Amino acid sequence: MTDRMATRFAACKAQGRAALITFVTAGDPTVAATPAILDALVEGGADIIELGMPFTDPMADGPAIELANLRSLGSGTKTAHIFAIATDFRARHPDTPLVLMGYANPMLVRGSDWFADQCKAAGVDGVICVDVPPEEDAELGPALRGAGVHLIRLATPTTDASRLPTVLNGATGFLYYVSVAGITGKQQAAQANIELAVQKLKAATDLPIAVGFGVRTPEQAAAIGRIADGVVVGSAIVDLVGSHGDAAAPFVQQFVAALSGALTVHSRETAA
Amino acid sequence: MTDTISLPNSLRSQPDASGHFGQFGGRYVAETLMPLILELEKVYRAAKDDPAFEEEYDYLLKQYVGRPNPLYYAARLTQALREGAPAGKGAKIYLKREELNHTGAHKINNCIGQALLARRMGKKKVIAETGAGQHGVATATVAALFGMECKIFMGAKDVERQKPNVFRMKLLGAEVIPVTSGSATLKDSMNDALRHWVSNVHDTFYIIGTAAGPHPYPELVRDFQSIIGKEIKTQMMEAEGRLPDMLIAPVGGGSNAIGMFHPFLDDTDVAMIGVEAAGEGLTGKHAASLAGGASGILHGNRTYLLQDEDGQITEAHSISAGLDYPGIGPEHSWLHEIGRVQYMPITDDEALASFQKLSALEGIIPALESAHAIAAAEQVAPTMDADKIIVVNLSGRGDKDIFTVADALGAEM
Repeated sequence: MTDRMATRFAACKAQGRAALITFVTAGDPTVAATPAILDALVEGGADIIELGMPFTDPMADGPAIELANLRSLGSGTKTAHIFAIATDFRARHPDTPLVLMGYANPMLVRGSDWFADQCKAAGVDGVICVDVPPEEDAELGPALRGAGVHLIRLATPTTDASRLPTVLNGATGFLYYVSVAGITGKQQAAQANIELAVQKLKAATDLPIAVGFGVRTPEQAAAIGRIADGVVVGSAIVDLVGSHGDAAAPFVQQFVAALSGALTVHSRETAA
Repeated sequence: MTDTISLPNSLRSQPDASGHFGQFGGRYVAETLMPLILELEKVYRAAKDDPAFEEEYDYLLKQYVGRPNPLYYAARLTQALREGAPAGKGAKIYLKREELNHTGAHKINNCIGQALLARRMGKKKVIAETGAGQHGVATATVAALFGMECKIFMGAKDVERQKPNVFRMKLLGAEVIPVTSGSATLKDSMNDALRHWVSNVHDTFYIIGTAAGPHPYPELVRDFQSIIGKEIKTQMMEAEGRLPDMLIAPVGGGSNAIGMFHPFLDDTDVAMIGVEAAGEGLTGKHAASLAGGASGILHGNRTYLLQDEDGQITEAHSISAGLDYPGIGPEHSWLHEIGRVQYMPITDDEALASFQKLSALEGIIPALESAHAIAAAEQVAPTMDADKIIVVNLSGRGDKDIFTVADALGAEM
């Protein structure tokens, strides 16, 4: 099968820039409003889409994404809606990789085989599960691998050299480097620390390295784009959805275009 | 600490090396926390093998907490139940007096142990979640005792409802942080404690208040609470020359119950009942995760949870704030599945009646949590022969609950 994820990272690399990975929560503010927001991400220049599965208890998320989860669940989002959103997205955007991100319980409540089958049928390329570490891989990993869906692992500032091989074992698609020991959307890590961490990760794996948590501005994105293969922006976009609700799409597109532009300018500078 | 059991077929040898009790338990946490949890496990294993650790724990339980607390024969309660029972029926009821511990509940047993572990790991800051405030007070107490900085995460609704405990925690030097996220109750205070922990792992120890959370918490909390069951064994041999026929304890997360049950798990003649909070009844709002929930993953472990068909966690309800949680410790889920422990639901109304009955008959005001266990004993004792023996874990005292009870009874304070 063609691997949309690998193809997209390779295309970005050929253009001399990092991939822009953008996150929004499915069903925020409503299921009906989500497709236009996803289209705005793509039109704005996002390379890979992370679609958050809302959960009542998002323990690793800061206030922005937690509120998005509550808005989504409050407006009646069900798991079936999320797969319908993914299926429609795949039909409209055949080449843009789509990653589901969320917590274990909604993913596993009907069994991991059911979840993996749904992902495959909906054209989902990868899954990030915040609270299934490598130690509990049996819950989710085998089913996803069997369905040909990437299991994207997270590395953090607390993942030391002795633990890194455990994290990498079974990781595919890309490696998500959580740049701060903390929750989403809060503080920004020092650039020097991110550079050092990315160097260590690149020495240990051939997987693309995407950096996220606390990336809020085009300037930050550009700085990280100089060293990483991908830059993840979530809370700043989710905040726009929070402020503008059903009318968020144009604001989202404008902001994502600014992020994308910052990454592209960097590639031109490098080329020159 | 708990004796090391290596015999095959022992029910006391759980969890396995990866922290699982059958299919339950495990370590479902964000990667940021994994290294710390692995480190905690190492430190705990070393502490278990260190006689000096056990010596200090035992010393503090004796001289600071006031252990051993009594195993008290509740003669008037026993007699009252016999009067309503068929001839020759009505088991003898003993109460394990955990409510006489310093700070008024079993929570301190665990807090002392975890504070010793925090010190061993070089952590000078501790955090905890709390519902009614009992675990918060116990944590603030050991933080004062060990000279540690302490933050307590407490649902904003609970801060309002439990003002005396909030003031107690502040007197003890803790900072109480009201949690407004989600439903602003116990599960949300645990979410926010986890959020704080993940952002401060380098210098902070999380003192989890119940036998749940990621491995090794369910194991170490159980081990620290096992002093309850061990004392009962010794005290019952002294009082009756034999083991009891039945143990009854309330179960929210289930730390007092697992501490009571664990030393008896291989004593096949000892029956056990864990009492879940059935709130307004199992068809209404309740907190009985085993009776009304399904296996799922929350707060670091796989266990029975109250949830909908999409795996979203549903609101728990109990008149007892300490039982008002949509999950249960993973070892209880396992003991439920293998049938070693029976779990019985008791409603708010039944607990309220027993709260008053024990106060009037024995001069002991039980915590609402413990009143659930008394209510179960009231149902079971009259069906058992009069020469049978039941021990009920009186896990906490009821002073904290008098406002709630007065409100429920429509009484003016």
